[in-house]
Amino acid sequence: MATQAATFPAQVVPSRNELVLPAFTLWWREVVRFYRQRSRVVGVIASPILFWLVIGSGFGTSFRSGGQNGQHYLDYFYPGALIMIVLFTSIFTMMSVIEDRKEGFLLSVLVAPVSRSAIVLGKVLGGTTLATIQGLIFLAFAPWVGVHLSVATFLLVALTVFLVSFALTALGFVIAWPMDSTQAFHAIINLFLIPLWLLSGAMFPLSGASVWLRVVMRINPLTYGVEALRSLLYPTSVSEFSIFSSLATLVLFSLFMFGLAFVMVNRRTNKPAA
Amino acid sequence: MPSKLPALAVDDPETDPNTSAAISIQNLLHRYGDHTALDGVTFDVRAAELFGLLGPNGSGKTTMFRILSALMVPVGGRAVILGYDTAKDANELRRHIGVVFQAQSIDEKLTAAENLRHQGHLYGLHGRALTLRIDEMLQRVGLADRAKEKAETFSGGMQRRLELAKGLLHHPSVLLLDEPTTGLDPGARIDLWQYLHILRDQEKVTVLVTTHLMEEAGRCDRLAFLNQGKLVALGTPLELKREIGGDVIVLDTKDPESLADRIRIRFNTEAHVIQNQVRLERKEGHRFITDLVETYPGEIEAISVSKPSLEDVFIRRTGHRFWTDRGGEVKQ
Repeated sequence: MATQAATFPAQVVPSRNELVLPAFTLWWREVVRFYRQRSRVVGVIASPILFWLVIGSGFGTSFRSGGQNGQHYLDYFYPGALIMIVLFTSIFTMMSVIEDRKEGFLLSVLVAPVSRSAIVLGKVLGGTTLATIQGLIFLAFAPWVGVHLSVATFLLVALTVFLVSFALTALGFVIAWPMDSTQAFHAIINLFLIPLWLLSGAMFPLSGASVWLRVVMRINPLTYGVEALRSLLYPTSVSEFSIFSSLATLVLFSLFMFGLAFVMVNRRTNKPAA
Repeated sequence: MPSKLPALAVDDPETDPNTSAAISIQNLLHRYGDHTALDGVTFDVRAAELFGLLGPNGSGKTTMFRILSALMVPVGGRAVILGYDTAKDANELRRHIGVVFQAQSIDEKLTAAENLRHQGHLYGLHGRALTLRIDEMLQRVGLADRAKEKAETFSGGMQRRLELAKGLLHHPSVLLLDEPTTGLDPGARIDLWQYLHILRDQEKVTVLVTTHLMEEAGRCDRLAFLNQGKLVALGTPLELKREIGGDVIVLDTKDPESLADRIRIRFNTEAHVIQNQVRLERKEGHRFITDLVETYPGEIEAISVSKPSLEDVFIRRTGHRFWTDRGGEVKQ
């Protein structure tokens, strides 16, 4: 193969780094781009905080919580709101996949000597970083709900937030990759992701739900994120699952979603790639 | 500059093993469902040649561009660039070609230098070598003083130049450009073409550019005309125009069909009706129009004589105008 190529003037041959450097640069772009769009930053932080305060306060006065040691609803709702921030940030960052495709950006990445895995890795880690940071920023409100974290607990919370972010970003990637319009993406989110969040124990506890809802909630991977956070933030609360089994479930979910993203991106077809 | 070989006939696509073909397109075939986008196209692009791929919308040039940039695997035939098969050796090929798409690929939220750094990383360049190369490229496309400004503040021409810098950052031997002057003002167009000539002459880069603008096509060393997925003409602009053999005369009249018939019989020459105009080719056109006007007094509303253009070549080869949707098929 190279015989014919050798007859052309010798050029600077780039190093063979097809994975790490491209993934790094895609990750970097994702993060820089996000923080250069102030409205996105404000939206993604402000809307869940508003949501938490409005819904939390509203429900808190309307319904006296039935169980959970007479906990105020705002306190109960806190881990759920945190998961919501992570959900919103993760999923919405992957809207950039659709935007990149509509513009020529994705094309220019696809024609580069970059392994497709680098694209998934860079994009998903980019979204994960953003979602984790947003989640941890929200954690600054923890003292407000009477939670004071030890270093060890903080690290476990950070790990949980990271795992949920990673899994959801990969999910967002899988949804966004075959799409060509952001409207369709919004439709999927409303139809699929909001219910996923509602049924994660974020708004009402698993124990009080009817039998079929409990089944759905047990299948829902987000439940394990909410449960893990709740048991870390409120060690006295009653939890259905141990922190270990919650984290293990999240790891499996993350790996599954990432694997799925990986498979989707590596399909080669004779249809237009972008 | 390429040697003045005779234009290769379409139905006889010979490939000369002695001229080094940078790009070799061999019986390329592609379909989208039932629609045939490329119908067995064959031609070569020589090293350090500025080659134009010309065709109206829907002629198959975008499909060919996607196959050449290894974004799509053709249904049949193959495209070989620098010895690499675009379908089989895509990964190796990608290091050696630069691709500039019609759609904007730069990130407007990043600065000019950041865009290039990102691109460099994708191609495995890094560190000081990359920094130097970025400075060099920004200098060359005249953006050195705007290096630290976000691309969203740039004019269309500056963004295009940044695209070009992106495509050339990794020293490709072959540069593919898809309609590179789309949306540019005339000044910026001229700048871009001048730069493509410099690339070919000084860096010996093989440049393949798709366009639908005849005036741009005239600036290429050689051209391939695509129409409905088929190669209809191949050669230098001069060779292609020469085949017309004379001047092109276009007549406006009330009943073009009947006039064309009568001209054919009276003057024993070909005359076609294309979009309600009678069109014919004739040596010494300026004399011939006097004959025409005198023979058919009062019938001819307007008449024009011109040197053959590339569009005339296209009309001659396809029987319809470049821009119509098959509305103006030749009726004889």
